[in-house]
Amino acid sequence: MSQPIIQTENLTFRYTTEEGAAPTVLDGLTLSIQPGEFVAVLGHNGSGKSTLAKHFNAILLPSGGKVYVDGMDTCGEDKLLDIRRQVGMVFQNPDNQIVASVVEEDVAFGPENLGVPSGEIRERVDRALKAVRMTEYARHAPHLLSGGQKQRVAIAGVLAMRPRCIVLDEPTAMLDPVGRREVLDTIRYLNREQGITVVLITHHMDEAAQADRLIVMHDGHIVADDKPALVFQNVDGLRSLGLEVPEPVALLYELRQAGVDVPLTALTVEECAGVLRELLA
Amino acid sequence: MALRDITLGQYFPGSSPIHRLDPRAKLVAMICYIVALFLGQWFVTYAILLLALIAVVAASTVKPKALVRGLKPVVLILIFTAVLNIFYTPGEPLVSFWIFNITREGILHAFFMVVRIIMLITCTFLLTYTTSPLELTDGLESLMGPLKKIHVPVHELSMMMSIALRFIPTLIEETDKIMSAQKARGADFESGSLMQRARALIPLLVPLFISAFRRADELATAMECRCYHGGEGRTRMKQLHYRPGDVLFMLGALVLAVGIGVLGHFGL
Repeated sequence: MSQPIIQTENLTFRYTTEEGAAPTVLDGLTLSIQPGEFVAVLGHNGSGKSTLAKHFNAILLPSGGKVYVDGMDTCGEDKLLDIRRQVGMVFQNPDNQIVASVVEEDVAFGPENLGVPSGEIRERVDRALKAVRMTEYARHAPHLLSGGQKQRVAIAGVLAMRPRCIVLDEPTAMLDPVGRREVLDTIRYLNREQGITVVLITHHMDEAAQADRLIVMHDGHIVADDKPALVFQNVDGLRSLGLEVPEPVALLYELRQAGVDVPLTALTVEECAGVLRELLA
Repeated sequence: MALRDITLGQYFPGSSPIHRLDPRAKLVAMICYIVALFLGQWFVTYAILLLALIAVVAASTVKPKALVRGLKPVVLILIFTAVLNIFYTPGEPLVSFWIFNITREGILHAFFMVVRIIMLITCTFLLTYTTSPLELTDGLESLMGPLKKIHVPVHELSMMMSIALRFIPTLIEETDKIMSAQKARGADFESGSLMQRARALIPLLVPLFISAFRRADELATAMECRCYHGGEGRTRMKQLHYRPGDVLFMLGALVLAVGIGVLGHFGL
């Protein structure tokens, strides 16, 4: 097995308050993410999933334990730029992560900071915009774009740094359904076609279902870590944590409760329809 | 009130020769021109300066009407300057009543002063009309580059300026939204005395400020994620390059300033 792109060892994090009594947000997490994986992290507000994400590129540093990015300890001050170049991050609010008033200038921001020669920046910007299908908007002002388009520009801004991994912290939370689909299609394209490792933090079940691997967090702990189809089989377990399962799974679960023998592995509507057709045949 | 309609930076996009000049060339030329304005003495020099200005305006394809509109806010200052100069310049009296003397020199002085201010304002407006705010910040950063040696934070200042420009439309949109939300709860921004109206703005400004701080915090994190670490070792995608036209334009402005200085020396 190759070296994991992100690895945490017994990662613990608590915010330091003035009284000293600090609630523990992350409690002894150990996990590793391999290059090329598409991992979704699912959990409630306050489950610690965003806090975990911020450890992946040294925005937050662990209170206990270790985080390694491509073998580099995130606590090492001198490796900071290398770590952030490897692991890019996209946040929830597209407005608050776009720096420049022209789309292509914003995409160029990352490589400019890295000191890339100007000719190569041009090339990287064009490629990044092409990958997110925003080439025709290169000269536009970001505030005139739709939410989904803005978020794609933000992704292009990260891509232009040529990262090996992209961490997206609820990138669709502020978008309409069209924007959500645009962003998810882009993420999947980057993972499948360009081989970029993707960590998607979300609280949407249907988004989580699209990943190759699903990590469920609750109260600073990892409660499940497996293929989405397997994680969602534990319908009662997830419901006891206040999490819902995708609708196809919920339907099949109800059928099962009613005594019909169906598997719970169908995640999409099409798969579910297939299962039902087999049953009726 | 449609806040979104406010245009900022008053930039008129275009592709005239003046639009395409390097922003640094325009800035340098403007400084030369302003110096020349103060070196001019008499009709000859001002006629030359006026012709130069007209030539540039014509080449810029900016509508003269837009330039005249720019002068409106300074009309009061112009009148004030004219009056002061007419009454307080000593010389050969033309009309005198009570303690006031209107002199020949005074009238001429006032006339030149007003012409000078009008031309000065027109040429600065011409710069902002033909140069996008982004180009202007880049140009200023590049021109002030040498000041870094004496520890002036040139890069930081220009970064602040460009971020401010980027967030103006976002904050205007947000103001609009908060205003509608407060109106929906019965807030009244349009009637009452000045005091009442000022007070009505508090529920608008408080959320706006809080959200601006939150935005600043998130933006700073996002910038860190994209490896921002100050101006050191930073490159630019679009580097400014002087082309022959830019050099010619600057030289022309410099020659104009020197020529006017010489003519002015002879009292022309």
